[in-house]
Amino acid sequence: MKARTKDKIATAVIVTLALLIVAVLAGLLGYILFRGLNHISWDFLTSAPRKIRAGGGIGPQLFNSLFLLVLTLLITVPLGLGAGIFMAEYARPGRITAFIRLIVEVLSSFPSIVVGLFGLLLIVNIFGLGFSLVSGALALTVFNLPLMVRITEQAFRSVPAQQKEAGFALGLSKWKIVTTVLFPVALPAIITGTILSAGRVFGEAAALMFTAGMSSPRLNFNDWNPLSPSSPLNPFRPAETLAVHIWKVNSEGLAPDAVQIAAGASAVLVITVLIFNLVARYMGRLIYRKLTASRRMN
Amino acid sequence: MIVQNNKIAQNHKSRIEKHHIEDFIGRSYMSFCVLLLIVAIISMVYFVMSKGVSTFVVDKVSISDFFFGTKWSPEGNNPSFGALPFIAGSFITTLLAALIASPLSICAALFMTEIVPGWGKKLLQPVIELLSGIPSVVYGFVGLSVIVPFLRDVFPGQGIGVAAGSIVLSVMILPTITSVAVDALSALPQNLKESSFALGATRWQTISGVIIPTTLPAILTGVVLGMARAFGEALAVQMVIGNAPFIPKSLFESASTLTSVITLGMGNTTMGSPQNNSLWSMALVLMLMTFLFVFIVRLLEKRRAI
Repeated sequence: MKARTKDKIATAVIVTLALLIVAVLAGLLGYILFRGLNHISWDFLTSAPRKIRAGGGIGPQLFNSLFLLVLTLLITVPLGLGAGIFMAEYARPGRITAFIRLIVEVLSSFPSIVVGLFGLLLIVNIFGLGFSLVSGALALTVFNLPLMVRITEQAFRSVPAQQKEAGFALGLSKWKIVTTVLFPVALPAIITGTILSAGRVFGEAAALMFTAGMSSPRLNFNDWNPLSPSSPLNPFRPAETLAVHIWKVNSEGLAPDAVQIAAGASAVLVITVLIFNLVARYMGRLIYRKLTASRRMN
Repeated sequence: MIVQNNKIAQNHKSRIEKHHIEDFIGRSYMSFCVLLLIVAIISMVYFVMSKGVSTFVVDKVSISDFFFGTKWSPEGNNPSFGALPFIAGSFITTLLAALIASPLSICAALFMTEIVPGWGKKLLQPVIELLSGIPSVVYGFVGLSVIVPFLRDVFPGQGIGVAAGSIVLSVMILPTITSVAVDALSALPQNLKESSFALGATRWQTISGVIIPTTLPAILTGVVLGMARAFGEALAVQMVIGNAPFIPKSLFESASTLTSVITLGMGNTTMGSPQNNSLWSMALVLMLMTFLFVFIVRLLEKRRAI
């Protein structure tokens, strides 16, 4: 009898605490959206921020975030794919493989601020790229590459072994098997993982403060020549991202409506991350159906 | 006839060679990618080390003064570089965050795997994923506008401080601990549970006597991973902790962490100055702590394998 009451109490506690987490998330999202949504308008999304007066927007910051994301993915996806495929298909168990695995593990648990400092020292100062989008993208590469490697490796490992064996039985070379047999099957998982990691990059700030910089030059959105200094496409200009902007507004914002700006920008950030999550799921399913015979087999 | 055979043979040979070339190119490209990872980590360790050590080598700050000195006043005629307040702040907030988040995470994991495995997982899985997707600056913003005013009204002090920092961190590390714990619990062999139930044990007796003890190393792995994340988190903590260079005497007092000092200080100091070097030493401490956390995780995983 006593054991049974204990069981009931414990179950009640576990259920309560689990539901508490759901409530925390609901409260968080509700608060962010409730506070931020009524501040979001087309003008807020497109206009430039103002330092001291009220009414500034987040246009350049939003653009910088997205542009930086594209740059980072352009660098990390090919590199992460290469290293991940190597780890999944080519590396033989041994000391070197164990070492590489350790490196991936350590790199992915490095604090992002240490990555930012490293970027400040090596990329910004020694390579002389200055506070720029390229510096930020390279720092994010250090930060994102281990993630990509892990995603790719897992995706390749989850491909059934028979598929590979069938390829070998047909006399295909290893490279052919990797590119034409395994890669299409692994692709949906890779795309899902990439988009999810992109969401993380989008919200990253600490690594960018010291590499992409904390200011944005006056951008001329009619100038699409990537070499001119006021062009939004110029990768060698400093760029404050949305996440850095939220931090800056909260820490040292001078505008009278700083709290509203932070609320609106936070809502935009969270909504974007939510969209990334949804798109990742949808794309994964869509591409899986396109590339494999799953539809015909059912 | 012979000529034709030759042609076929040649054709065959060139095809094999094409395969070889493809294989070679692919393999070299992948080796290059892996090599890049190795170069990245070696250069990172090298640069952070060399900058971090210069506080002790170039500026002649003694190691014990840095690690155990409580006075942080890097400017002025008689500067002192005691980093103990920041080290203490980092450890206190990290431990508190783990203390808050671990029971919650373990309950969430039990809820998903033992209590209502069907809809429990369907409900909590997306919740955990969304929590881990929310950017840290947003956590900082919500902490600053919800938790800090709440603490200010209920407890003595300004609201900003160790308690606020720990609460914000605990929500941030919840997903890490939960997802590792869920993996561990769902990997548990079914017959262990079944034999416990067959002996007439209640669910709670099974959970507390069989499930938790067997999965403890794995759950601890999750806790350590969460602590690693909390220790390295910079901006969210910086926004709510108050950034006072003292060892906190109560939970509701302002304090600083290693990350928050670096965040605030790095932009305002010139490269190579003693103050700047001491910030790099703190980054070095952060890096060494990462190594330590990874080391502990590996130890725990070895125990798990047995």
